[in-house]
Amino acid sequence: METLNLFISSIFIDNMVFAFFFGMCSYIAVSKSVKTALGLGLAVTFVQTMTVPLNYLLNEYVLAPNALVEGVDLSFLSFIIFIAVIAAFVQLVEMVVEKFSPTLYNQLGIFLPLIAVNCAIMGGSLFMQQMVGAGEINNFGQSVVYGLGSGIGWWIAIVMMAAIRERCTYSNIPAPLKGPGIAFIITGLLGIAFMIFSGIQL
Amino acid sequence: MASKSLKNLTGPLSGNNPVIVQILGICSALAVTVQLKPAIVMGLSVMVVTAFANLVMSLLRNGVPSRIRIIVQLVVIASLVILVDQVLKAFVYDVSKQLSVYVGLIITNCIVMGRVEAFALQNKPWDSFLDGIGNGLGYGSILVIIAFFRELLGSGTLLGFRIIPESWYIAEGGFYSNCGLMLFPPMALIIVGCIIWAHRSFNKDLQEK
Repeated sequence: METLNLFISSIFIDNMVFAFFFGMCSYIAVSKSVKTALGLGLAVTFVQTMTVPLNYLLNEYVLAPNALVEGVDLSFLSFIIFIAVIAAFVQLVEMVVEKFSPTLYNQLGIFLPLIAVNCAIMGGSLFMQQMVGAGEINNFGQSVVYGLGSGIGWWIAIVMMAAIRERCTYSNIPAPLKGPGIAFIITGLLGIAFMIFSGIQL
Repeated sequence: MASKSLKNLTGPLSGNNPVIVQILGICSALAVTVQLKPAIVMGLSVMVVTAFANLVMSLLRNGVPSRIRIIVQLVVIASLVILVDQVLKAFVYDVSKQLSVYVGLIITNCIVMGRVEAFALQNKPWDSFLDGIGNGLGYGSILVIIAFFRELLGSGTLLGFRIIPESWYIAEGGFYSNCGLMLFPPMALIIVGCIIWAHRSFNKDLQEK
């Protein structure tokens, strides 16, 4: 039950985009068509589901106080370790996908390197570390669930946004608001809509 | 100071602003702006990281093969961010707690990476350093504008000092109450949208067709 609750809340209540603004740069830049948004969302969800558990293991067995050597607290190294894991993993995925599934590679190709510097991925790992400290994530399984949930939340957000922006091309927007201006305001309104989920508890 | 260096410093303040024109580094720009103080600290931290990342990468630019440059950049940036994080924890612990994960997210802040890629790899160290300072200031100025409105309208204070008199509030028999919505994330997005609107009304060349 606790795990299901974590899953639901990481998708809707603590939505990466609307509650924490993670991954806004690619969110604004790549949300111009639904098709590319679907591709990027898939890639982000996949990388997120893999890197959060990986970083959970590192956090638990290397970085936490007294984990590696008795009396040594390595948690100040977590930024550099997390980003190294993410960058290496993205590189690895790119090579594997290129080798075994050229069609998928062509679809995701340009997005994969972008993901290494997507704040949603790094933010997911840092939040996971905070939630471990607060006792909200207690085991490996829950870290997988959190990674998957937060990835799906980001995916939903970018696809919704892309669909709205496709419609927006036919509307008459004041010239200075065209492009990023209106995108921010739409995201804000979507965020207000997502606030109705807050407080839901299973 | 030569005019070219001056241009590197002042360009990013308005015409080439990293947040509202290049649309970079939004994530942290919005999350830390509920109050003015964390916004100022965050702006300064990003300025320091951008300036020194630019300086270091510009010094290394002829020695790093382009295939592995991304990893080298990440290592340089991550080390600088760890330094900033430790300094914040040591000297302004309460602000560091408020900024929480967003200090770590300076690593993936597109402004830092973007300026290193676009500027520092082609330019001399001093110009790159100034470019970093300029972009940090451009980023910080937007943060301060957003935080000013959110703190003033959301809590009636600025930098923790009360601006709207207590006697105005309904609880004290007055007519005023704070706009609670300002404290929630979505309002930050709408304020940025409005800033872009105002900025592009004055700079017509930035408008999209």
